[in-house]
Amino acid sequence: MSVLFVLIGFSLLISLSFLIAFLWANKKGQFDDTYTPAVRMLFDDIKDEKENKK
Amino acid sequence: MSATKTTNKIICVHCGEDCPNRSIAIDEIYFCCNGCKFVYELLNENNLGSYYKIEDKPGIKVSDKLYDNHFAYLDNDKIKEKLLDFSDEKVSKLTLVIPQIHCSSCIWLLEHLQKLHSGILSSRVHFLKKEVSITFEHEKLSLRDLIELLTSIGYEPQISLDDYEIKVKSKKGSSLIVRIAVAGFCFANIMLFSFPEYLSSDGSLSDNFVQFFGYLNVLLAIPVFFFSASVYFKSAYFGLKQKVINMDVPISLGILMLFMRSMYEVTTSTGVGYFDSFTGLVFFLLIGKLFQEKTYDSLSFDSDYKSYFPISIIKLIKESEEIVPITDLKQGDRILVRNNELIPADARLLSSHASIDYSFVTGESDPIEKSVNDKIYAGGKQIGGIIKLEVLKNVSQSYITQLWNDANFTPPSEKSLSNMANRFSKYFTFAVVSIAFGAALVWMFIDPSKAIFVGTSVLIIACPCALALSTPITLGATQRILGRNKLFFKESATIEKLASVTHILFDKTGTLTKAKTSSIEYIGDALTNDEKALIHSLVRHSTHPLSVKLNKHLEHHQIFSVDKFDETAGKGISGIINNREIKIGSSRFCGHDSQNDESKIMQSQVHISIGHKYYGYFKIAVQYRDNLENLAFDLGKKYKLSILSGDNDSELSKLHTLFPEATSYHFSATPKDKLLHVKNLQESGECVLMFGDGLNDAGALKQSDIGIAVTESMSSFSPASDGILAGEKFAEMSRFIKFSNSAISIILVSFIISILYNVVGLGFAIMGLLSPLFAAVLMPISSLTVVGFAIITTNIVARRLRI
Repeated sequence: MSVLFVLIGFSLLISLSFLIAFLWANKKGQFDDTYTPAVRMLFDDIKDEKENKK
Repeated sequence: MSATKTTNKIICVHCGEDCPNRSIAIDEIYFCCNGCKFVYELLNENNLGSYYKIEDKPGIKVSDKLYDNHFAYLDNDKIKEKLLDFSDEKVSKLTLVIPQIHCSSCIWLLEHLQKLHSGILSSRVHFLKKEVSITFEHEKLSLRDLIELLTSIGYEPQISLDDYEIKVKSKKGSSLIVRIAVAGFCFANIMLFSFPEYLSSDGSLSDNFVQFFGYLNVLLAIPVFFFSASVYFKSAYFGLKQKVINMDVPISLGILMLFMRSMYEVTTSTGVGYFDSFTGLVFFLLIGKLFQEKTYDSLSFDSDYKSYFPISIIKLIKESEEIVPITDLKQGDRILVRNNELIPADARLLSSHASIDYSFVTGESDPIEKSVNDKIYAGGKQIGGIIKLEVLKNVSQSYITQLWNDANFTPPSEKSLSNMANRFSKYFTFAVVSIAFGAALVWMFIDPSKAIFVGTSVLIIACPCALALSTPITLGATQRILGRNKLFFKESATIEKLASVTHILFDKTGTLTKAKTSSIEYIGDALTNDEKALIHSLVRHSTHPLSVKLNKHLEHHQIFSVDKFDETAGKGISGIINNREIKIGSSRFCGHDSQNDESKIMQSQVHISIGHKYYGYFKIAVQYRDNLENLAFDLGKKYKLSILSGDNDSELSKLHTLFPEATSYHFSATPKDKLLHVKNLQESGECVLMFGDGLNDAGALKQSDIGIAVTESMSSFSPASDGILAGEKFAEMSRFIKFSNSAISIILVSFIISILYNVVGLGFAIMGLLSPLFAAVLMPISSLTVVGFAIITTNIVARRLRI
């Protein structure tokens, strides 16, 4: 059963990495703007449009 | 992409406004003005036509052309430096606030600015904040060119002295999120590690594991205690320092007890502690805090006179003109002010004649005529030609700005801390502490070894988690619902304060009346469509506010070209169209002697004479907001009402018909009078709610217990206030107040529910039966009940009031 100690330690470490990932993303401003990216990704690429016309 | 045609209206493809006729067009596409056409052409030339495909009629009507050197101040290095976020030899970056951003087409266009000018490297929009960050090469494109480019396509950035002086980027919300993340993480893991202990109630879990889990829990609980929960300790400490027992005192007490008791139990191996309850408590409480901190990114509640004033001004040094930042302006400087520019400081007029529009200050839009050597107060707008002024006082000491610096005007920095929860917590804390001591004392006689256990148990279980959550959750939900109805409160605590209001003050112009529209009625000999067209052709050349109103009223009529246009300030305008002489203006100007003294006439009259024949006059009266009498009637039942106006009493008889009899009226009030009036009311024990709009109300709005700024468009400036209300929702204010008051009742009921839970918990604690499992179950249940109750009832009440 002593392997459980190791496994629990690992599980804690993995979950800790998620916490750190979240804190990092928050600090980098990933959650600052929750609206514009959703709109931006739907825009067509303007270069393609130009080529099509030519 | 053709122009939308309704019965006989043509709508501009660019901005969606009605086109006066079909004269401005490209093929089958019609525009309302040349400005819109220009933008359309510019965008199409640069292959940006998709702008019109993403949303229908996305454009912004391009305002009248500004002076060529309107943005000349942007060439000033000092100003440039303050505006730019970053700059090296080649590249500069800056962030601009553009209030006009409103749809996805705006995002699309502003993010493709590099197509319009090769000097722009990239641009990114933050839609919610209405900001755009632009990176550009300043050798190819100067800052001034960039701003002018944006202005030319209708997106004029808002650059004010405020931004110029300090650039603060608030990071307020994010630290709370970090605290919540840490608390949530630790809470979840501790729950996981506590489960085995709960499930093996018979003690089958080996001691090794119990100890291992115990220490892991200690490890996880430490960051929660020292980092996440520290906000409560700080707040409680500051409260106690000011001899106030706020809600955070009993919370801190409970948190402290939970943590110490658990640490003790684990380190002495006498138990597993209450770490799960402890971390869960902190987690839930912080979420409540987050819910309360609803902020509106794009609204500014703190703008003072600086936001209204220009950044720079043309200063005359000897005979040369130089553009200087307004903060460098000193007494004795001579300045030039052009058409439609704001006068930044109290000054003496050097030119022979000026016509000043004080609508920013008093809300009254008719310009006031000034002649040489007259004193002109800051905040007025010059209408007409360029004027020369000599500055009499520094910007910050002017008549209007001194309101903010006046010793008389000291806004209470913290508008009274005593909200309901805090008042309640005083009694609550005393009760809990005395019960804890009492129970411990009793147990001293029964079983001394259990006395401390019982005392701490009482403090733990009585920790007012649900109680502390009910206020922020209810107020936060109320604030959100009101926000959806375009009443935006700066803080949710304002809603609580609304309940104690006894006296409501209204400003008149712009608050009770509609700022832009007015009712226009023609009295006299009937005019043919042709004659109306003549009038329209003439008034569109004048910038006088009455002409502007008349122009809008007649905008569907034809336009002829005008010969010999002449404007006599204070009298009227004249011109010759199709060989007919037309005069528009005061009755004497039009050769008509009216019997009644003009100064006593209540509304503004514009007289018309065509070909030396007097026809009649247009009566232009202010238009009150719709349903005003219902609102006044509803509010009058419960509150004392007053009207506080900077104008004269010419509208008194009209107001009498709209407002209940008990209303009191105060006319010709200066901004300072308004402020003092609010102060006097407060000193006589009234709690004042004030509605205002202009800069002249700013002092009074800040002094009132609650100041609400009424505004026509959310993107325009509004004076510093506790709330911002959209003008079209003004009539619904009585329902909003009713709704806010019902929120207070909801909080009271939540209090009772959470107290009931506490009584049950206390019963177990006093009997010495409190187990970690029991605490871990009771606390979340009580919190969830209260939160659920608060949110559901708030929404039900909102629906019932049809909000």
